[in-house]
Amino acid sequence: MHEMSIACSIADIAREQARAAGAGRVNTVEIEVGALAGVEVESLRFCWDAARSGPAAGAELVIHEIPGRGHCPGCDLECDVDFHVALCPRCEGGLRILRGRELRVRSLNVD
Amino acid sequence: MCDTCGCGQPADAVTYRKPGQEEPVHHGHAHDHHHDHDHDHDHDHGPGHRHDHDHDHDHGSRTLAVEQDVLQKNNLLAQRNRGWFEAKGILALNLVSSPGSGKTTLLERTICDLGAEVPLAVIEGDQQTTRDADRIAAAGAPVIQVNTGHGCHLDAAMVKRAVGELAPADRSLLLIENVGNLVCPALFDLGEAAKVVIISVTEGDDKPLKYPTMFAAGRLCLINKIDLLPYVDFDADRCERAARAVNPDLEFLRVSATTGEGLDAWYAWLRERLQESGGGVV
Repeated sequence: MHEMSIACSIADIAREQARAAGAGRVNTVEIEVGALAGVEVESLRFCWDAARSGPAAGAELVIHEIPGRGHCPGCDLECDVDFHVALCPRCEGGLRILRGRELRVRSLNVD
Repeated sequence: MCDTCGCGQPADAVTYRKPGQEEPVHHGHAHDHHHDHDHDHDHDHGPGHRHDHDHDHDHGSRTLAVEQDVLQKNNLLAQRNRGWFEAKGILALNLVSSPGSGKTTLLERTICDLGAEVPLAVIEGDQQTTRDADRIAAAGAPVIQVNTGHGCHLDAAMVKRAVGELAPADRSLLLIENVGNLVCPALFDLGEAAKVVIISVTEGDDKPLKYPTMFAAGRLCLINKIDLLPYVDFDADRCERAARAVNPDLEFLRVSATTGEGLDAWYAWLRERLQESGGGVV
């Protein structure tokens, strides 16, 4: 259940950013969660209800799920990946991960 | 990182305790306190220009670009820990496993066998009780117990606090026994030099495939309780193949913390890492 800690960190960031911008209330928090980030999206949604607080107490969490993508430096193939250690399906070289590790607060909508 | 912000558990849920202490060292407030004040400003611009105004901050709905990593706070704290360890020549290792893999027994044995050679200190992470810290203290090493309450992992703030209380010696070996959990601790950098994953032969040899993230994050995998191999259906070769599938660079050692079999290789591995970190000289 590390999603609870993640949700608390998102609430912290929302509160700090809202205060720095002089906003009274946070309406939505948009985040990016990569497929390789090690976070269960459904669990995170569940925890968010308990974690949101202060000016973000009523904020909706909008989650953008980022699929994993890898690139093979050997044969230049780009392909989907579902784990952060992956082999190239064409030449079996080690893939470099391009996307999918994101765990980031993208933006806030505030009043 | 915040496990005690009031949303998951009470603010005093994380405690830091040394063996023999009835009361926790401190209540763990590993979080910021926010004080929001509404206030009026009086601006005096000299004769004839005095005016008062209130700020109500009502600017309508707007979007703020944030672009901040959720784990940034933990990662920054972990890097501070790492810098502190490096400056003092301390080798910090993060020991992770399922509950019951034999981490504490391995630590007890390591303290007994290596304690005269290198200064050694331990941070014990568990949800409840000081049982593990009591065992480590009895084995003769300085130790602090971090009880995470309902928390499922140690984070960098807890380690920073624990290290402050423990004050490990320069050029020492600091062994951090994480909360028994193969999932959550993988995500939280503590500032350690390496993660050591421990799996025991009473678990399934396909565990690296079922919990790949931790095996992908580790540098060394200890296969423990090998004295029980004749009695269990555990294929150590198959386990290593499974773990290499998720982490081709993972090193393996087969040990029994109970009988001592294979531990010389573990101590040799520790000595090499200590040399790299500039520690290990009494």
